[in-house]
Amino acid sequence: MPNVTEFVSEYGGLLAQGTVDTLAMLFVSTALAYVLGIAIGVVLYVTSPTGLRPMPAFNAVLGWIVNMTRSIPFIILLVALMPFTRAIVHTTIGVVGVTPPLVVSAAPFVARMIEQSLAEVPRDAIEAAEACGASIPRIVRSALLPEALPSIVRGVSITLISVLGYTAIAGAVGAGGLGDIAIRYGYYRYEDEVMVVTVILLVVLVQVIQSTCDVIANRIDHRK
Amino acid sequence: MISLQNITKVYDGSDVPALDGVSIDIPDGDIFGIIGISGAGKSTLVRCINLLERPTSGHVIVDGTDVTDLTGAELRAYRRRVAMIFQGFGLLAQKTALDNVCFPFLASNGRVTADDRAKASELLARVGLADKADSYPAQLSGGQQQRVAIARALACDPEYILCDEATSALDPASTQQILDLLRQINEETGTTILVITHSMDVVERICKNVTVLVHGKVVEQGPVEQVFADPQDETTKALLGRVSWNA
Repeated sequence: MPNVTEFVSEYGGLLAQGTVDTLAMLFVSTALAYVLGIAIGVVLYVTSPTGLRPMPAFNAVLGWIVNMTRSIPFIILLVALMPFTRAIVHTTIGVVGVTPPLVVSAAPFVARMIEQSLAEVPRDAIEAAEACGASIPRIVRSALLPEALPSIVRGVSITLISVLGYTAIAGAVGAGGLGDIAIRYGYYRYEDEVMVVTVILLVVLVQVIQSTCDVIANRIDHRK
Repeated sequence: MISLQNITKVYDGSDVPALDGVSIDIPDGDIFGIIGISGAGKSTLVRCINLLERPTSGHVIVDGTDVTDLTGAELRAYRRRVAMIFQGFGLLAQKTALDNVCFPFLASNGRVTADDRAKASELLARVGLADKADSYPAQLSGGQQQRVAIARALACDPEYILCDEATSALDPASTQQILDLLRQINEETGTTILVITHSMDVVERICKNVTVLVHGKVVEQGPVEQVFADPQDETTKALLGRVSWNA
């Protein structure tokens, strides 16, 4: 198969670098989005009108901000945030330059996923924790989050896969990664083989992410 | 002694009060029943006692101290004196039986010591589940889960145990086990037990005194034998009638 050997020698390094860049963007920005998103999601849950510390006005404003951020298309957000991005990471291109907009875009999404996972925890388990004399931070840390963990892990796969989609979009503005390669080589230069291989790599990534998260979620879930 | 004084609770957006001027004295060491049909306000009442629900007006007096407006650390300290058992058990599904029993220690001290774990193991043995320490709630039957919940309730050495329909989700054999266990605890430790139920059968088997609640109001109150022998109110008669019809 001389074609395969030729292809690998010509594009192997490029595709390997693209995969590494994609994974770096994906995991760094998702991890940061979870730091922010868990905090926002917990606050949304705790301050909801039926929550542990109802603050309806604050909750409505926060919910509105989250919705607003989520409603901006990623490509627009990416461009709109450029001054902010330049201010904090001193570049707007490459893996580093695209991380801030990825985080800003994913965090509200994560917040809603976390809120949803927390809402699935049975009410009486939380009331029992409250009735034991636990403080709200204690309930969140030792009861709510551990109880919601399997659901949160299932949410991680959904988040990772949508952020993976965003990284491909970010490729359009020079972020690097597989999306960037697909656009530059496959779309602009009509090199179909490169496009097909990047798509295959993305498909494999999605499958691996989904399966891994499912296995972990099932392993840590003791409800059966 | 827990003394409820003129407790009224009106939920937001509702015209009808869930509780309407309820006054009850629960003597120390008693097993005290509060019975009523669904929607009578029983659960609201018990949740007002440990302040999971705040009364709209009225006072909850415990040993002469008004606890109605407690907040923060004082509220949490008070809640540790008043344990609660739920119809749905309220166990943490991702924690083992032992860790569930240890939760009150975590809640009060922020950590669980080796002594705490030893005490929790003893409590599990006390409720007959020594061999289930490492089981998760989903691996236990309903009756076993409720016994874990009782062990958890005992972890803080409570002065009062509130049982909110604690046996309503259980089969007759498990119900009997739980009621026997509660009676033993009451006899051995003198813990006051408040039993909320819609079942006259439960009241008859375990309670010394009973209050009948209808539409958020107390309609009858007294020693169980007296109320059973000579019911004054129509609802009490109906509740009694239904039991004899079922039997």
